[in-house]
Amino acid sequence: MKSDTLGQIQSDRDGKKPVVRALDLATGDEHLIHPFQGNSNDPLIEAAQTAALADKSQVFEADGKRIFLQVFNPPLRMIVVGAVHISQALVPMAQIAGYDVTVVDPRRAFGSDLRFPGVTLSNDWPDTALETLTPDRRTAIVTLTHDPKIDDPALNAALKSTAFYIGSLGSRKTHAARLARLSAAGFDEAAQARIDGPIGLAIGAKSPAEIAVSILAKITQTLRQGATEAKTASVTRPDKAEASAMSPTA
Amino acid sequence: MTESPLVQQEEADILRQAAAWKAEGRDVAIATVVSTWGSAPRPAGSQLVVDGAMNMIGSVSGGCVESAVVQEALDIMESGTPKLLEFGVSNSQAWDVGLACGGKIQVFVERLN
Repeated sequence: MKSDTLGQIQSDRDGKKPVVRALDLATGDEHLIHPFQGNSNDPLIEAAQTAALADKSQVFEADGKRIFLQVFNPPLRMIVVGAVHISQALVPMAQIAGYDVTVVDPRRAFGSDLRFPGVTLSNDWPDTALETLTPDRRTAIVTLTHDPKIDDPALNAALKSTAFYIGSLGSRKTHAARLARLSAAGFDEAAQARIDGPIGLAIGAKSPAEIAVSILAKITQTLRQGATEAKTASVTRPDKAEASAMSPTA
Repeated sequence: MTESPLVQQEEADILRQAAAWKAEGRDVAIATVVSTWGSAPRPAGSQLVVDGAMNMIGSVSGGCVESAVVQEALDIMESGTPKLLEFGVSNSQAWDVGLACGGKIQVFVERLN
């Protein structure tokens, strides 16, 4: 490995940019690939994209060559909109699972250091906060206020990002009303389908902590198995309608 | 175990250490797990960094094959020629160090230039 390569990997990481090192296992020749910059039909770059999305270093074989693709992804992040009771359970769980968590709530009484010790808090409105945080493919965004004044601007901004997961708390009725508002705001069905709602994996969660487990489980499933598979898996679950994680006040 | 986010943070720290050692003028070699079969102890991408005095940081197997990797690393620091090593219980003719867990791994060892 060249020192230059190492330096570039470090600066990409500091800049939260995914980078893949392509290493020829026969010769030791190497180069770096930024998998999501520009479009390419090059199978090596496509393989690098797959490896980065799966967060899995792997060997790519082509033309008799074995190329090791070593993935250096930025850290996982979670943006939690709404400093509510569920967030108090979700935040520490997400931190244990390796997420760098930011809680956003413009209502200062909710988003106080007292309720969330040791967590990055933003009292900005969610659209402003998300603009600053620039969510990427390694970011999950969760809205938990069920107040359209706060959740809607967050969802608007989230849908314009590449966040790998967007989830929004609320009953089926609340969610349908939310989708109608997003539709009126110009988001098509494909965009609306990115929102996981009612939020979480169907495990019959009731208490705030259980709902937090359900949300983190769904985020993990989306991260590890991809949004499409995660969606199919939960749609085919017969208990989904009854057991979707929702707040009793929704 | 979905350990990769933590592993990767760790890998970044290991490379940071490699850069720091290099900056001090030490010889440095980097060993990377590139593929695994069966129940290998560390996933592909895991790294071990060694300097000329056999100081090490990181791991490629959780202790099973590190000493053999370090020996190779010292040679590679001299020669500059990278090498692909293979370890596993089924590969007894080449190595008398095996993975106790029954897995098989390939480790690429190279000099930091």
